[in-house]
Amino acid sequence: MADFNVNLRGVGSVSVIDVKGYLDAHTAPELENMFSKLITDKQFKVVVNFDQLNYISSAGLGVFMAFVEQMRDNQGDIKFSNMNDSVYNIFDLLGFPVLYEFYKDEKEAVNKFSNLS
Amino acid sequence: MSLEELKFPLELSVKSSTDNLSIIRDFIKNTALSLGYSNAIIGNIILAVDEACTNIIKHAYKYSPSGDIQIELNRIANKFIITILDNGIEFDPNLIPEPDIKEYYKQRRIGGLGMYLMKKMMDEVVYSKYKNKNQVKMVKYLP
Repeated sequence: MADFNVNLRGVGSVSVIDVKGYLDAHTAPELENMFSKLITDKQFKVVVNFDQLNYISSAGLGVFMAFVEQMRDNQGDIKFSNMNDSVYNIFDLLGFPVLYEFYKDEKEAVNKFSNLS
Repeated sequence: MSLEELKFPLELSVKSSTDNLSIIRDFIKNTALSLGYSNAIIGNIILAVDEACTNIIKHAYKYSPSGDIQIELNRIANKFIITILDNGIEFDPNLIPEPDIKEYYKQRRIGGLGMYLMKKMMDEVVYSKYKNKNQVKMVKYLP
């Protein structure tokens, strides 16, 4: 079974999701559940930290597409940080950098939210 | 596993559960490693096969975990050939448009990205019918 973990941390008013391992069609529902919970809790400012993510398929990418608009409609966003090159290449190939913000480190991504408010 | 030990064709049969995607990826990884590809290319091949099998589970079998997925790996001339067969609902790849991320965003569409990735990652991708089964044949040229 694919090894995947998702963990939620609060950094000020921003929710940071740490993703770890392999994000595929089998494990994507775990991440979906996390986003659904954030929406229920009205937490719309999200940074996803990819530092420990080894692998992503389109099923994983679909989760970000499914939730980003709801976050933005509520003055939030989904921003990405700490992505390794092989994972970034997949996002890049599908044109994600046009619509999403990518940051080298988590702090930079979190600070982007506070600059706005 | 060294190249001498590999006897092509190699086969793997699994049920159509997303649980099996990691088994499929390991099977591809081990074979591709022994064929001498770089890690980056191996990653690409793994992703293409994952996407093809995810499409089968999702569209051909509509997430029913009792369907069969057969994967056959072959090495012929300068080609690493991956053939994937299923007995599910037929799939017409011509109906899948090239994705445009901005359009996807506007239409709130999710998915449909797998086929595009398969074509980007592999040198050849061909869908056909084989003995009443759906067949997708993907080729990566050997290093």
